Amino acid sequence: MSEIDQRISRWLETNTFHHSEFWDMQELVRAKREAGLTISLCIPTLNEEKTIGKEIIVFKSELMDRYPLLDEIAVIDSGSSDSTLEVAASFGADTYLSSEILPEYGSKPGKGENLWKAIHQLRGDIICYVDADIKNIHAKFASALVAPLIYRPEIQYVKAFYDRPLAVSDDLRPSGGGRVTEILVRPLFSMFFPELTAMIQPLSGEYAVRREVLERLSFPIGYGVETSHLIDLYQTGGLEAFAQTDLDNRIHRNHPTSDLGKMAFGILQTFVRRLRDYGMVKDVPEIHSLFRQFQAEGRRYEQTSREILEEERPPMITLPEYRERHGR
Amino acid sequence: MPARSTNSGRNKAVLLHREKLRRLREILFANVVMAGEIPAPTGSEKLLARFLSDRFTECGLANISLDQSGNIAGELPGRTGQRNLLVAAHIDKIWAENNDHTVSVGVGTMSGRGLADNSLGVAVLATLPLILEELEIELASNLVLLGTTRSFGRGDLAGMRFFLENTARSPDAALCLEGIELGRLSYSSLGMARGEIVVSLPLEVEGNESSGAGVAASLAGVITVLREIDAKEAPDARILVGSVEAGSGYSVPPREGLIRFEVRSHEASRVARISKKLESLVASIADREGTRASLEMIAHRSPGDLGSAHPLVRRARETLEVLGIETHVAPSVSELALLLDRGIPSLTLGITNGENRHSPAETIALEPIFDGLAQIVSVIQHMDEGALS
Repeated sequence: MSEIDQRISRWLETNTFHHSEFWDMQELVRAKREAGLTISLCIPTLNEEKTIGKEIIVFKSELMDRYPLLDEIAVIDSGSSDSTLEVAASFGADTYLSSEILPEYGSKPGKGENLWKAIHQLRGDIICYVDADIKNIHAKFASALVAPLIYRPEIQYVKAFYDRPLAVSDDLRPSGGGRVTEILVRPLFSMFFPELTAMIQPLSGEYAVRREVLERLSFPIGYGVETSHLIDLYQTGGLEAFAQTDLDNRIHRNHPTSDLGKMAFGILQTFVRRLRDYGMVKDVPEIHSLFRQFQAEGRRYEQTSREILEEERPPMITLPEYRERHGR
Repeated sequence: MPARSTNSGRNKAVLLHREKLRRLREILFANVVMAGEIPAPTGSEKLLARFLSDRFTECGLANISLDQSGNIAGELPGRTGQRNLLVAAHIDKIWAENNDHTVSVGVGTMSGRGLADNSLGVAVLATLPLILEELEIELASNLVLLGTTRSFGRGDLAGMRFFLENTARSPDAALCLEGIELGRLSYSSLGMARGEIVVSLPLEVEGNESSGAGVAASLAGVITVLREIDAKEAPDARILVGSVEAGSGYSVPPREGLIRFEVRSHEASRVARISKKLESLVASIADREGTRASLEMIAHRSPGDLGSAHPLVRRARETLEVLGIETHVAPSVSELALLLDRGIPSLTLGITNGENRHSPAETIALEPIFDGLAQIVSVIQHMDEGALS
């Protein structure tokens, strides 16, 4: 077994959890209080009226009213045209328009923008991000992610993973991480950051992170935000800074293949930029930001192209407004 | 004057309770979501019983127990414990385990399979200890909360039946919870006989098949006779045809078919007489050459009536009036029938408004739930005060 394999095996032993390990909510709340931590839940949204209400109800009931684990639940919205914010507010979430947070820095489209602005807006020592499109929401989607941060001070960043194979035999499960993960991110990690392949679902939208880590990370505003986090924190903290929790099962809407292409395009931009910045490849040629796709209709072939420019927001700690608000 | 002032105080309390209970809305709604997303087809309610058991444990209930029938019970001991009150909700749903049980939450409504029947009832049962705590109500009586199994179809109320036959302390009064409809007030039960008629053609018989309808023709004949009996007996009795099954495709005439039906009446003798008629009908079909027919009666209920003047009924009506809700008196053929049959003063109440009952888009309104809760609390308090006869 190679040294990398040994490190990965060790890490899987010590830093990969199953949500059932954190069933004792009273104990978790006690440990949180003892550690003097505050926790914010952030749900980035764009037109999620169908699922947001249920998420807020479940998190507020289970992790605020019954067990006071969360100190705030916030929805940060990119400008929904449906009733996402109205539904979220009606069930007691704090709701914010991304464009109204740090307005002097402008507003950019993309989920990463919401995640970045949440660091400024929210108060918690830990921020737990949860996507808004989960159909089978359960309190564990937040509690089992913040738990490793509460119990293990050395862990900085906890990712969710969840997969269910079609058939299970002898307790073995293939670690399917989603289509973009399997055909893009995992091959890239295998080539350049082999230890990061141990993250079973690197693109999962559910993760909990300590503020002191988040405020020092750059934020691509689009699809590359999760990949860049993993690479950047890995460079400074190594695999030991991470943990992951098995949440068993996540039901969400399926993205069409054309969307996956856009996602992969954005991730690749971020990835190539990181390779260049960390000096891992030299002489990277100019990268085009126009993503081209084609549709055939009979003998007519139509090109559709979309500008996907993975702009990045700087580490929040570099903003004076942030340092003032949070006393940093 | 004292009686009037008592009533006035009581009415004020009902309105105050309704407002105070809004503080528990997320906890209650989350319980609805969770109870709604756990499959619990009749006979396989284990997961939902476990959910209720966990909730009862978290609320610190005493004597939490899962009985042989799969019912889950917990007890809130009373100050004196002189009386035993029962609040029950059936936990089984009509939906199969592999149906999508996802619950959607919108502005003012929730929708998903089984929410009205009976995830909301289960959720209220799970939340009831917190509701009483929030309102600072300490009952003198012991309050048993019971999630019952196998209420639908062939289940034939087996859960409630088992509980009543085996409980060490028979309830002095009982309240059954149903998700919808707010304003529903059931204090009587209909006599009921539920059965299945199976008609089949043996393989060697070609006659009916050549007609192109197979056994469907016989089933149609049976339904026609059922309709005739129904027309003749109405309004004192009704025959409801709940489902008809036959065949599996487009071109092959079915060889076997099934009709599920219910006979309902306030008079037990009428139900028995109609059941006899149906036996004769089935025998006459079976006499025809080559056709086989059988009748199986799978459930019976005896009629019962608490009476509209009963103090419990009056209190439930008064509360609805205070809340500005119209009362819909509706006889029941569910758990209430067994309770009344044993002489236990009992009611069934609906909790909120809803629509599309028993469809995948079953929907409940959220705001009226607080009216339903205020009514439930008021009736429980009345039971606790002991004016039960």
